[in-house]
Amino acid sequence: MKTAHIGDDTILYVNGVSKSFDGFKALNNLSLTLKKGEMRAIIGPNGAGKTTMMDVITGKLRPDEGEVIFSDNIDLTKYDEAEIANLGIGRKFQKPTVIESLSLFQNLELALQGGRGVFQALFHKLKAKQKDRIEEVLEQIALADRRYDLGGSLSHGQKQWLEIGMLLVQDPQLLLVDEPAAGMTDSETETTAELLKEITGAHSVVVVEHDMDFIKALDTTVTVLHEGSTLAEGRLEQVQQDSRVIEVYLGR
Amino acid sequence: MTTNKTSSRSLLAGDVGGKRLLIILLLGSVIFPAFNLMLPESSFFHISTYTLTLVGKYLCLALLALSVDLIWGYCGILSLGHGAFFGLGGYAMGMYLMRQIGDRGVYGNAELPDFMVFLDWHELPWFWLGFDNFGFAMIMVVLVPGVLAFVFGWLAFRSRVTGVYFSIITQALTYALLLAFFRNDMGFGGNNGLTDFKEILGFNLQSDVTRSVLFSCSALALIFCYLLCRWIVDSKLGRVLIGIRDAESRTRFTGYKVEYFKLFVFVLSAVIAGVAGALYVPQVGIINPGEFGPLNSIEIVVWVAIGGRGTLYGAVIGALLVNYAKTYFTGAMPEVWLFMLGGLFVVSTIYLPKGVVGLFQNLQARKENSKIGTITGVGT
Repeated sequence: MKTAHIGDDTILYVNGVSKSFDGFKALNNLSLTLKKGEMRAIIGPNGAGKTTMMDVITGKLRPDEGEVIFSDNIDLTKYDEAEIANLGIGRKFQKPTVIESLSLFQNLELALQGGRGVFQALFHKLKAKQKDRIEEVLEQIALADRRYDLGGSLSHGQKQWLEIGMLLVQDPQLLLVDEPAAGMTDSETETTAELLKEITGAHSVVVVEHDMDFIKALDTTVTVLHEGSTLAEGRLEQVQQDSRVIEVYLGR
Repeated sequence: MTTNKTSSRSLLAGDVGGKRLLIILLLGSVIFPAFNLMLPESSFFHISTYTLTLVGKYLCLALLALSVDLIWGYCGILSLGHGAFFGLGGYAMGMYLMRQIGDRGVYGNAELPDFMVFLDWHELPWFWLGFDNFGFAMIMVVLVPGVLAFVFGWLAFRSRVTGVYFSIITQALTYALLLAFFRNDMGFGGNNGLTDFKEILGFNLQSDVTRSVLFSCSALALIFCYLLCRWIVDSKLGRVLIGIRDAESRTRFTGYKVEYFKLFVFVLSAVIAGVAGALYVPQVGIINPGEFGPLNSIEIVVWVAIGGRGTLYGAVIGALLVNYAKTYFTGAMPEVWLFMLGGLFVVSTIYLPKGVVGLFQNLQARKENSKIGTITGVGT
């Protein structure tokens, strides 16, 4: 298939992507299109290829075949993780990963745009405007009163927020969020869903999640993955009625 | 605890331990030579040339420990081969000192060092050219370890070799150099290495004045490199390094080319180790392949661990303490020293994860807490 024209309103275009590990097809002719400002929830049983898909988009893995196009016809398969991050794709890992021996403020400072080169970093000075931006995000993730605490002192759920904050402060066009509600209390889950909904629009968001209540709270289009390709797509209620989906996943 | 208030006021504003250490070093760099040169030997305060040289040697090893703490303490790169860079810096200095001997060697050959005459060589090998010049030799002190670290680091970090795998190949690196330098036809004096030095820049190496100057140079080099390292770890670059140490993939996915940061700090660290080696050799009077021994490199890590990793001044204190203990115990009861070193390492890993420095910080924190407790009346 020839590269389709990417519409101006498309932020991510995944087309016919396959990736095998020792004969196991983790991704099998996967296609997915995401519009600017859209939120998409991705569900699927273990081994459906959700994390592999994230790895391919963020440059951790190269696909065996297929294309991954970002924004203005940028071929993501040609870049590495750091370059893709700087192109405007932020990724939150499944296991919350923050820098434990830096303060929250410093964690966010690190994620702030600019100063990515070795010598730029050495001579980097934080501007007042950037400081304000960090404070803004600290408010947004509700951790402003802990700005000088170390990342390692946060609870599991708070680490998830800080990590989301680290993505936000970069102001990426696209956020990939892997299981943000894992290990969270009910109220934390609710707050997280609110936070993600709040940032959608200004950013495009892809959320991978297992927790159905959380998906319901996100109230958005759902893509069901199964054995490395798209099984169904639509509103959650709609997808839940799909007999194939029930068979492989929900109905078990 | 680290705060993010403007740290531009002073480089050592938040580094009390470092400040104290540097003041002591600065005073020492003046007092030690002065007490050696100006006081009569009968005086109680006289510092013997032996002690002066010994402490000078410790300072070089402290500089080496500092270089290891920069990469291990702040970037999580555990190099078990830093002796290689130290040794190469030492050899570069040794080659200059060999050329200074001129025709005063045992064979009286003005063109060739003794060991080459002994091997029946007739011409100076090409890689010895230029080493009669002090400036050239000093460039090599920096360049040789730096280039080796660059090539080695480039290959390792680009292939994302990390953790224990990296440590193992650094051991292989230093062991390979050990074997290479042992060979006579390498042209570096083989087993015996380079020794029997006479002069540096025309000054007699045995004289007290030369020894004193070398001592002061070692102290000043340590102070300078300490400030350089402190500046780096306090900059945003330093926080990127900590990010790599704590969460490498987070840092990578945040948009930092982790391999470049590692390469920068690894090369810088190798250069500092090379400088330490170059200052060490004229004070001990010999450099031989033993410096490349894998155990030597492991010992450096032990100094840093015992002193307190990731503090910079902890590494310096650890190197000074352990090497003093080594001198004392290898003299007093040589057979127990290795057991003690091993024991120290085990004890510090289990009971003092932050080293000697961390122990003092804890004691101080406890004292301050109890003070607050008595004031507010809620003491335990």
